[in-house]
Amino acid sequence: MLSTKLLVLYSLLYLGLLFAIAYWADKRADQQRSVISRPTIYALSLGVYCTAWTFYGSVGRAAATGVGFLPIYLGPTLIAALWGTLLLKMVRISKTQRITSIADFIASRYGKSQLLGGIVTVIAVLGVVPYIALQLKAISRSFTILQSYPDVELAGTVEAIPILQDTALYVALLLAAFTILFGARHLDASERHEGMVAAIAFESIVKLIAFLAVGIFATFYLHNGFGDLFDKAELAGFLNPMIADDAGDYGNWYSLTILAALAVMMLPRQFQVAVVENSSEHHLRRAVWMFPLYLLLINIFVIPIALAGQLTFAGTSVDADTFVLTLPMAHDQGGLSLLAFIGGLSAATGMVIVETIALSTMVCNDLVMPGLLRRWKRVPPEADLSQLLLRIRRGAIIVILLLGYLYFHFAGEAYALVSIGLISFSAVAQFAPAMLIGLYWRGGTHAGALAGLVSGFGVWIYTLLLPSFAKSGWLPAGFLDHGPFGIELLRPQELFGLAGMNEITHCLFWSMLFNIGAYLFFSLRRAPNVHETTQATLFVDVLKHERPMGIGLWRGKAEIKELFGLAERFLGAESAHRSFRQYAARRKVQDIGGLPADAETVHFAETLLAGAIGSASARVMVASVTAEEALGLDEVLHILDEASQIRAYSRELEQKSRELKAASRELKAANEQLKEIDRVKDDFMSSVTHELRTPLASIRAFSEILYDDPKVELEQRRRFLGIVVSETKRLSRLVNQVLDLAKIESGHADWRSEHVDVAELITEAAELTEQLCHDRGARVICELPGRPCVVNVDRDRLMQVVVNLLSNAVKFAPQDEGIIRIRLLEGAGVCRVSVSDNGPGIPLAEQPYIFEKFHQGSGGSEKPVGTGLGLPISREIVEHLDGRIWVDSSPQIGATFTFELPVKGDSDQRVRETDVEKSPDSG
Amino acid sequence: MHQSILTRQRLVGIFLIGLVLLYSPALTLFDRAAEWGGIPVSYLYLFGVWLLLVVLAAITVEASGE
Repeated sequence: MLSTKLLVLYSLLYLGLLFAIAYWADKRADQQRSVISRPTIYALSLGVYCTAWTFYGSVGRAAATGVGFLPIYLGPTLIAALWGTLLLKMVRISKTQRITSIADFIASRYGKSQLLGGIVTVIAVLGVVPYIALQLKAISRSFTILQSYPDVELAGTVEAIPILQDTALYVALLLAAFTILFGARHLDASERHEGMVAAIAFESIVKLIAFLAVGIFATFYLHNGFGDLFDKAELAGFLNPMIADDAGDYGNWYSLTILAALAVMMLPRQFQVAVVENSSEHHLRRAVWMFPLYLLLINIFVIPIALAGQLTFAGTSVDADTFVLTLPMAHDQGGLSLLAFIGGLSAATGMVIVETIALSTMVCNDLVMPGLLRRWKRVPPEADLSQLLLRIRRGAIIVILLLGYLYFHFAGEAYALVSIGLISFSAVAQFAPAMLIGLYWRGGTHAGALAGLVSGFGVWIYTLLLPSFAKSGWLPAGFLDHGPFGIELLRPQELFGLAGMNEITHCLFWSMLFNIGAYLFFSLRRAPNVHETTQATLFVDVLKHERPMGIGLWRGKAEIKELFGLAERFLGAESAHRSFRQYAARRKVQDIGGLPADAETVHFAETLLAGAIGSASARVMVASVTAEEALGLDEVLHILDEASQIRAYSRELEQKSRELKAASRELKAANEQLKEIDRVKDDFMSSVTHELRTPLASIRAFSEILYDDPKVELEQRRRFLGIVVSETKRLSRLVNQVLDLAKIESGHADWRSEHVDVAELITEAAELTEQLCHDRGARVICELPGRPCVVNVDRDRLMQVVVNLLSNAVKFAPQDEGIIRIRLLEGAGVCRVSVSDNGPGIPLAEQPYIFEKFHQGSGGSEKPVGTGLGLPISREIVEHLDGRIWVDSSPQIGATFTFELPVKGDSDQRVRETDVEKSPDSG
Repeated sequence: MHQSILTRQRLVGIFLIGLVLLYSPALTLFDRAAEWGGIPVSYLYLFGVWLLLVVLAAITVEASGE
């Protein structure tokens, strides 16, 4: 047996547990150990979307329409995928501007308008209060049903009960007390209620478990699983597997989805938990999938419970809306019935608490505050307004819940209450155009938003609310059937003759047409003004900026004392002190008095106030204590993003032109280099031809002498022919060397790589040039280390270098007194060979050019003796072998040519200047 | 930053998948009075798509890291 006392006790215990959780979470938050800092808690708190209407009503709808109830949950599932941008934007905007309700959000977007905030509040209250009434009804009705346990009987109509004996009244008052405890115990500048969120998350778990328990009972205890249940239902004719409605139409399917997708973001309670109570943007990521998963889980057993209920109660008048509770009761499951009751209680209380807190904030900030501000212009307000604010909120909570109760009391079983779920959704959906278009389009104006909201809401009243009154018998039925004053064209549910739609789809179409139409029409009539542009930019571009913007958007004179006084008045002395001290610390100022009264401070004070009294009122209050100079539209644009975008764009242009200049400089340099190379080539060609001409000339001269004069003496002839032969040899050597150099320079030469002992190679080279030395009477001295010095090179090429240096030395050594010294040194990863002579040396001025092509050493002999290509070829070879070659010379003492090569094993290691110093040798 | 933009775009993709599967003529393919293992095809389809969307969103979001 479940006596009334026991039921009341259980209900109070449950509410007590809720409050204990909230109290504990608040305490933890004060100790900086927040429990709601977990993304899962955030996702669960969004489950406040599922009210008693879900808990009890879904089964009723499923019994009537099959899967027709699912769009209410598929819409949110789909839109949740867009939360990554949509909700993120809303959350970030609200955090930076301290927006605390959806009314504040819309008012803020269109230039912090008190009028817009007020209208949104009125729409929300009118649209949502009946929905609160529905929750009260669910609690009171489930209470009545469970009282008669184990008999399942229909609860009597509630109108018969005098108000003071009505459980629903006490439920309403009790919930008002709890809501005040949860949401209006003290004033919080950011309107965040950690305890409430923790309690709501807990309620989400409770209602899910309760519903799943009833579902599992219905499916697996009463029947043998889904297949068995569906078979039996089909036999009994209850199964309706079609998605389309009876007429084969999908209109409902689409319109309910759109409606639910909009409502899940526009309902004041959803805005409260999803945006205002959000403690971290990262939590959105979890919610994107966990909230749809929650909806999926709570819906799995809706159809099975509906079918099991229809099977159980076939032929009786038990309302399908009560199956969740009556099904366990009919099968004598006391514990499960109680769990179902608690589940329904949690669904209803969660909705009522959050919705009422959200509405009370809106009523206080956007309805009462503007009125008070006007009054304070005439009568100066008392010093501390924070207590007044709290009283207003508490009063609003009580009034809203009593309004809910009165609607329930007078509507009762009427149509106007039963169908309120979707009617309520349709009302808050009117916020969507102003809200969502305003998030992405800068052109929306205050006039547009106002016109859209008013006309959309007007259409809603005319096509949904008034007809629901008519269906409840509060208006003459002729209003529905023949239109007002008998004008058929204005029939509220077949407006302008549009028939063949259900009422929700009909209202959605017309209200959105008027709403969006008016929004766009009035927005496009004139360009947004300064305030609208400012706020539009702050809203639309919120994700583009890491730091909050809007600080530079104020210019004028302010007094820090006045600003602080304002905050103190509305927030209370303690809270204002704390906030200002934190701000002073951020600005690196010792005390509050030392704060500069600049734009940043004014912005801080206004945002702080906005948290307490709404952005529109905060703007008015701050303006009342400061002397603001109006900023022109151009100035605002300049400060705001557009200007910075232009700056960024011009920066980009500058960067581009800099890059272009650099590229053209490089091109110019490359061109110069090419020209230089061309010139060098020309020089080379002329040098080569010049060099070829000299021996050719003498060959020709001597040949002509011999040809012309056959009587030349033999001795003379032999001498001439000798010259011709030697000049020919020189010519062919020259040609060979030119070819050789060209080959090396172009990289077409074949290079072998072999291990070569340099000491052995020097000995061999000395032998090769022995005859030459002998002819000139020069002495060659080799100074070689005792051990081999191995390098990895092309042996023939290296031989060419050494022989070249040796023969050069011999050429320049003095006749018969020449001493040529070849030294080999090894160390520090290099092998160094130097060839010194005691010839005339090379003048300092000539040394830089000694390795240039066709440069002929002029020292000593009057006639050049080489081709002028030996040293250039040697340098090419040494450099190709990763070595270097240089000359040291002192005139009249001699010259020393030195080259270095990396030794084997270090062949890939470049010779380091610091390791090997140039040889001071010269000899 | 780039990763989060990619994640957002993937989520929009999931939204579009849901739109096509649940709100296009594709839906009518499964809107008939047939059964699969004793359960109406339409139920299986609706809840199957729903689960698919949840799983896709979960993988997209949780795999993208912090």
